[in-house]
Amino acid sequence: MLFLLFLHLLAGLLAPVFVRWWGRQAFLVLALVPAAGLVWTLAQLGTVLGGDDVTETVPWIPALDLDVALRLDALALTFAALVTGVGALVFVYCARYFAADDEGLGRFAGTLTAFAGSMLGLVLADDLLLLYVFWELTTVFSFLLIGGSGRRLAARRAASQALILTTAGGLAMLVGLIMIGQASGSFLLSEVVADPGTGSGMVAGTLLVLAGAVTKSAMVPFHFWLPAAMEAPTPVSAYLHAAAMVKAGIYLVARLAPGFADVPGWRPVVLGLGLATMLVGGYRSLRQNDLKLLLAFGTVSQLGFLLVLVGAGSRELAAAGLAMTIAHALFKSTLFLTVGVVDHATGTRDLRKLSGLGRRLPVLAAVGLLAGASMAGVPPLFGFVGKEAAFTALWEGGLASRTAAAFELTGLVLGSLLTAAYTLRFVWGAFARKRGVPDTVPAHPPGALFLTAPVVLALAGLVAGPASPLLEPVVGDYAETLPLLAPEYEELGLWHGVQPALALTAVTLLGGAALFAARAPLNRLQRRVAVGASADEGYWNVVQGIDRLSVLVTGTTQRGSLPAYLGTILVVVLALPGWILLTRAPWPGEWRAWDTPVQAMVGVVVITAALLALRIRQRLSAVLVVGVTGYGSAVLFVLQGAPDLALTQFLVETLTLVVFVLVLRKLPKDITERHRPRERAFRGVIAVAVGAFMAAVGAVALSARTATPVSVDYPEEAFEFGGGKNIVNVTLVDIRAWDTLGEISLLVVAATGVASLVFLRGRTGGVERITSSALAARRRRSGRAPRDRWLAATAILDPARRSVVLEVITRILFHTITVFSLYLLFSGHNEPGGGFAGGLVAGLALVLRYLAGGRYELGEAAPVAPGLLLGTGLLFAGGTGVAGLLLGAEVLQTAILETDVPVLGHIKLVTSLFFDIGVYLIVVGLALDVLRSLGAELDRQEDEDDPIELNPGEVVVR
Amino acid sequence: MTPTVVLPVIVGGLYAAGVYLLLDRSLTRVLLGFLLLGNATNLLVLSAGGPAGFAPILGYSEPEEMTDPLPQALILTAIVITFGVSAFVLAMIHRSWRLVHQEVVGTDEEDRRVAARSATDADELDPDDLDPEDRAAGHADSLHTPDGDDMGVDDVDLPAGTGAR
Repeated sequence: MLFLLFLHLLAGLLAPVFVRWWGRQAFLVLALVPAAGLVWTLAQLGTVLGGDDVTETVPWIPALDLDVALRLDALALTFAALVTGVGALVFVYCARYFAADDEGLGRFAGTLTAFAGSMLGLVLADDLLLLYVFWELTTVFSFLLIGGSGRRLAARRAASQALILTTAGGLAMLVGLIMIGQASGSFLLSEVVADPGTGSGMVAGTLLVLAGAVTKSAMVPFHFWLPAAMEAPTPVSAYLHAAAMVKAGIYLVARLAPGFADVPGWRPVVLGLGLATMLVGGYRSLRQNDLKLLLAFGTVSQLGFLLVLVGAGSRELAAAGLAMTIAHALFKSTLFLTVGVVDHATGTRDLRKLSGLGRRLPVLAAVGLLAGASMAGVPPLFGFVGKEAAFTALWEGGLASRTAAAFELTGLVLGSLLTAAYTLRFVWGAFARKRGVPDTVPAHPPGALFLTAPVVLALAGLVAGPASPLLEPVVGDYAETLPLLAPEYEELGLWHGVQPALALTAVTLLGGAALFAARAPLNRLQRRVAVGASADEGYWNVVQGIDRLSVLVTGTTQRGSLPAYLGTILVVVLALPGWILLTRAPWPGEWRAWDTPVQAMVGVVVITAALLALRIRQRLSAVLVVGVTGYGSAVLFVLQGAPDLALTQFLVETLTLVVFVLVLRKLPKDITERHRPRERAFRGVIAVAVGAFMAAVGAVALSARTATPVSVDYPEEAFEFGGGKNIVNVTLVDIRAWDTLGEISLLVVAATGVASLVFLRGRTGGVERITSSALAARRRRSGRAPRDRWLAATAILDPARRSVVLEVITRILFHTITVFSLYLLFSGHNEPGGGFAGGLVAGLALVLRYLAGGRYELGEAAPVAPGLLLGTGLLFAGGTGVAGLLLGAEVLQTAILETDVPVLGHIKLVTSLFFDIGVYLIVVGLALDVLRSLGAELDRQEDEDDPIELNPGEVVVR
Repeated sequence: MTPTVVLPVIVGGLYAAGVYLLLDRSLTRVLLGFLLLGNATNLLVLSAGGPAGFAPILGYSEPEEMTDPLPQALILTAIVITFGVSAFVLAMIHRSWRLVHQEVVGTDEEDRRVAARSATDADELDPDDLDPEDRAAGHADSLHTPDGDDMGVDDVDLPAGTGAR
């Protein structure tokens, strides 16, 4: 069975390709997929009737105890045959319904195939959750098929309406399925039905599952999505909204009825809603002028009928229900396909405009007539067999309560009477010649292949009537699982002699004919008694109400001010964690003044600088005092015993200052004050409160530490497994290497972001380099040879902007610094240093070259694209991880290789070095990218007087 | 463990100053506040690691005398990331200045528009407010077609040929 589902999946994926190759003929190939399903299903007939179910179980998510459990019994076989059989014919029909150049045909073909597979999976699933998965898949594909290309508003609205209603029901159903599964102790559908368990949870779960079935099968009051879904192409209506998807609810009720029909609430819901739906659908159908809408309301009506039959929970009604389901699938698909042909041939579906089509398209008219007769329940068609079985069952028993049975029977007869009336309206509307309406001339008469599907389906309905005893084994096999209430079980058959049911059939047919004859007064009456409200109206009012509410909530909470948002967050921090801190936190019992008195001195400097930063309006000064807090932190790191941190902090602080200066040179000197005194006071209150809160957190955090730190074994592990003595570095490149990998990826993103913001387009590539001819020309002009020898590209600079002292120092120091950075990288495993520190030192070396020689000098110093450095770095770091995996170790696990090499002596190679090289390259790449963007590119823009880069037509709002 | 007085005070002072700057509308001040918050957080994490000690490098000191290496590893990457993010915000400040000659976080106009929104999306409108051809088929509120149509009155007509073509 699983291979059938995979076949559908594969065909669905390939369908767009097929459509591109073969146009609409691809549907003929795709039809083979459901056809294969039909053949396989029918081949299992013998096994299933022999009493053995065909099952297949594949473990899916063992941790959740979720299996792909499939099971084919008589009920599943009936539905599977319908789904695949009608599906194959609809595919054949599609091959002529669509034009070769229809937009989105490939997507449509894929979606329809995928739907066919999901529907097959739904009826085969034997696991509650698997059933739910397929259930929602059919919903999603139905949404895509109704919405089509998404260009038409009505189609979009119909699609989303169907989606919202059926998923709402589906979610209720999911909860219900889980409750039922818990109550019965098994999630296997067959076991659940055999032993549904007890308790209020089971009752509530059952009602929730019914909610899913009721929405899916378009019962009152959720029936309105089905007529709206008629926006979909006619083959979709014929398949999804007549034969397959809307039957999912019927299937589920039929599947659960043997175990759940006696649950309190089941019969009132199923019988009540079913009957109401049958009457409402029939009544509404009688006033439709669009043939497709007429059929849609007819489908609603028939679904109600089916729900009553399969949900009643007695053997005789279940048999009638299953027979009627087959009959309905056959005749309703035929009728939809017939309407499709009419629409295709004449361009209209309005029965007020169609006239005399019966004589011009006789084959089609015969097909429509046959299917219509089956719908109305005219002997000897299959619809008659099903309907008579239902009437007989209710007449002789069917329900435990005789009153209920009589009530239901009356309702069903009335509903069938309406059915006969709208069937006549349909046949008359589509094919009859009408007074005062000119004859409709088909623009392009249908070909043989186009008519194949409706003809086959209509003939099936005709043959199945007399041949209905042949279906008895399958139908009976399912019905046997339910209790018999009538004195005896009457098998399916065309002729049971003159009996009450036959009289009831005659009543429905004659009554229907009378109702049809009186259509004009009836319509006037319908118009007079019409009420302003409808379920559809109610739906849209609810949707609009939710929409208004969401706008209200969004508009109230999202005021569009960043300080307001941040302030809100901080106030919440103070209110909730702050309150817990005050009431619950373990306050420290004793305090120390400091670790060393130097801490206090540094603290005074840091706090003073931080307070100065609040008042200083000059940008550069503000940046400098903030820098002081950074250097102060570095000193505190030293005092705490963290040389690596101090080194990194010093380097980063310096680099930050340089980058700030690069940008601030483009900005005005002062920051404009934009806040009123009241705002500033409010900010001050929040700031002081947050400061006090965080100070308390710091103190409490330390006093709350009573457990042994996780890092207590780090020193030993670092040397043992990481092969290094600098524990912080080993932590970075080995113990917590995953962390570091994420963090260096963030650096790559930040570097890319900086470049993107400055360059906007074409941010790849390296720093612009000077051409030798430009340099030579410049040298000739300046005429003073010795001055330009110190650095490679300074000759191009304006002499007024050059500093020979700086050039000389740079010349001397650059290579030394670079070597030092490499030393930090390689020694970092055992001494202070490492990839981060080494990379920052190399970055500062580049800063020096840039400051001394300008943007061309930067290009000469690092003639490489920063993107290449970043990418290579990430490749190194990631590659180390993969290499560990390939060598059979964990990801990012360190290997230590030791060997004696002549001359060099004992060499110890730790593979995490390569990880650190990756870190180094990324940090250098980040520094270079920032210099290239905020330095060189900003210079270029000024040199070349480059206005804001705009595309033609781009507008900047000032 | 016993907390010191000095470190929480420094942390609290830096947080207070950082938050004050963070709530400014000037992006430069927001960035400065961000840097102060970064330093404050680093010190907070460091102080939570325990009392001062010797550098966690084998050979320089015994493991019992070392400071906790784990907070240090966390802070080290945080320092470099703060630099990366600062560079990014600086690039944003530059961009903002170049485009509109301002470096402030203004009020988000989109949010104001949502707050002032009166009409809803066409996809959620009441069917009565739509053109008949945009209404979903079968919408049943309107039987407003002229009387005397003896063939009966449809709810809403589907436009002809909407099916597929």
